[in-house]
Amino acid sequence: MKHLLSIDDLSTDDIHQLFETAADMHDVQRREVKKLPALRGRTVVNMFFEDSTRTRSSFEIAGKWLSADVINVSAKGSSASKGESLRDTVLTVCAMGVDGLVIRHPASGAAVQVSEWVDAAVVNAGDGMHEHPTQALLDAYTLQRHLGSLEGRHVAIIGDLTHSRVFRSNVQCLTRLGARVTVVAPPTLMPSGIVAWSAAAGFETSYDVDAVLPDADAVMMLRVQRERMSGAFFPSAREYTVGYGLTRNRLALLKPDVPICHPGPMNRGLEIAADAADAAQSVVLEQVSSGLAIRMAVLYHLLAGSPEGGIA
Amino acid sequence: MSLVIKGASLLGEGPADLFIDDTGTFVDIAPSGAETIDAAGLVALPGLVDLHTHLREPGREDAETILTGSQAAALGGYTAVLAMANTSPVTDTAEAATRVWELGREAGLVHVQPVGAVTRGLAGEELAELGLMHRSRAGVTVFSDDGKCVHDARVMRRALEYVKAFGGVVSQHAQDPSLAGPSACCHEGELSGRLGLPGWPGIAEEVIVARDVMLARHTGSRLHVAHVSTAGSVEVLRWAKAQAGRDGHWDVTAEVTPHHLLLTSDLLAGYDPTFKVNPPLRPQEDVEALRAALADGTIDAVATDHAPHARHDKEHAFVDAAFGMLGLETALGVVRTALPDLSWADVARVMSVTPARIAGLADQGRPLAPGSPANVVLVDPDASVTVDRDASASLSRNNPWHGRSLSSRVVHTVYAGRLTVRDGALAQAGAHSS
Ligand SMILES: [Zn+2]
Repeated sequence: MKHLLSIDDLSTDDIHQLFETAADMHDVQRREVKKLPALRGRTVVNMFFEDSTRTRSSFEIAGKWLSADVINVSAKGSSASKGESLRDTVLTVCAMGVDGLVIRHPASGAAVQVSEWVDAAVVNAGDGMHEHPTQALLDAYTLQRHLGSLEGRHVAIIGDLTHSRVFRSNVQCLTRLGARVTVVAPPTLMPSGIVAWSAAAGFETSYDVDAVLPDADAVMMLRVQRERMSGAFFPSAREYTVGYGLTRNRLALLKPDVPICHPGPMNRGLEIAADAADAAQSVVLEQVSSGLAIRMAVLYHLLAGSPEGGIA
Repeated sequence: MSLVIKGASLLGEGPADLFIDDTGTFVDIAPSGAETIDAAGLVALPGLVDLHTHLREPGREDAETILTGSQAAALGGYTAVLAMANTSPVTDTAEAATRVWELGREAGLVHVQPVGAVTRGLAGEELAELGLMHRSRAGVTVFSDDGKCVHDARVMRRALEYVKAFGGVVSQHAQDPSLAGPSACCHEGELSGRLGLPGWPGIAEEVIVARDVMLARHTGSRLHVAHVSTAGSVEVLRWAKAQAGRDGHWDVTAEVTPHHLLLTSDLLAGYDPTFKVNPPLRPQEDVEALRAALADGTIDAVATDHAPHARHDKEHAFVDAAFGMLGLETALGVVRTALPDLSWADVARVMSVTPARIAGLADQGRPLAPGSPANVVLVDPDASVTVDRDASASLSRNNPWHGRSLSSRVVHTVYAGRLTVRDGALAQAGAHSS
């Protein structure tokens, strides 16, 4: 594996291998001195064309704990507005000698395109509405720690599917690991063509949260982008919460100890009630530490050892 | 300079000789001192006419000029192109239209006929000076805000009414902006869902086509639908043509691009902006419907939507990259490849005769017979060409056919009696004589 652009780049074995490495990295996080020398002399650039303190810091710390030199480039609004092409912007940065490029971009496919232009290993840290593979890996890793194996387990993904790269990566990752996935959203927030897609990819769709929750072994809530609320996708925040929110009443529908994920930042009271966000079975904060372990594992696999990457 | 073309197969029928005198007209007998071209085995068609070309001059001469676009057109077998109005500044005045027309004359390789904007600045609000553009030396008869849809129904109605006074036609880029939003760039369907690209649903085209054919009927005017891309639009057009045929006083025509006849939306899977075009590439079912509609006459013409772009305008994230692909040099090959069973007479109909009629170009799309202006293209029907984007007269390289093999090959092009293309290359001497 040269890049991590999509979950589709990973075999089931690759995913398991990353999880094993992540478990080791998790142990490192508990040490007093958290540094490993694995990426000494390597340079990783975090190139963020869209703000995300959470994801950027996670990659930054992951790189630093592996002893890489990590540089943050905030490219937000820079290139296109100055008339520079994305290709030129990225090539300019990479001309400085970069081994790994972590890219976040508001446009779907940007990381895929960039990977064709540069020599560095590219990690997709979220591209538009397309994918966010490290998020999916950390979600699956977190759930696996709670559920043992994901094989045959039923995961409900609920919320704004249309605009969610987290959903697109997760549905691939979870089904690849043997989970049964049901995605739930109002019809206006289901991606076009999802009927054919779900049939081909082997997941289920539903409009009915209450019917899905009692059977779920894990629940993954997706963020509703507030700016889309009046975009005719649904009538009001109130109606969304009643129809699709993980409310206190719905918590009672869940089997005991069903882990609840959310990629953050949460809209408390909209897609997730405070009671659910803070419930004992909420794994939201654990997702953050898993994220660090997963990103360390990904950088390690891409950049450590032989120049071609791969596990040393 | 007079010309004898020996042994060409006229529209694919038995061989004949064509004689062209020094006024650029087909004549009965060989003029003395004529240059002779051996056209044995070549098919002769009236010079191709493109209803939909973007030449980028004025404003983006780094992407294309009227001269380089004319060269690309000649190499593709064209003798006339309609230059779309979305230049910078927009072709929305008589002066702007005349300037394009003059630059086309100076280039001297094809007839460059300016298309006038329907609305001032393509803003979709006030009518441009349609009548003055028509009265200018350029004699504009086709009007289009192409690149944008005339989406206000009242403005579209007025435009259709207004051009009736001089037999004009409104060429509509059918795209309801509220159904295909500002970032729409991928056929809406399973692929856009998976790729996370903003969807451009077929219905956004179809509702405008349906509305416009009703407006054409209501006004009794001429509507031309640019670059039809969906099976649903074809259904609406089929209905409209049947109705118009009965009523008589309204007239709906439509065009399809070569790329919509051969390329499908799944090419977007790798996010290559070369394949980003507006309207977007559609799935196979639509492609099949478009081919059938072209063959049965529901779609009248093939038009390239030749849209050159500088490299840096394509090297953005897919959503941000410019729309459009090159088409002039490859159009005939694509049509032959997509519809190998189409007769040469039908190729002439959809790529020359009907486009010339729609555009009101009296010298174009004429029979290859004495008395007609000598606009002719000679094609090797058995050859095939592997497209090399670097072997192009266009200043741009956004060529979706790069590396593909296309059927047939344009060998010679004659415009107004002069060879513009000889043996597949620009005939330099002919380019600058008057
Ligand atoms: Zn258009």
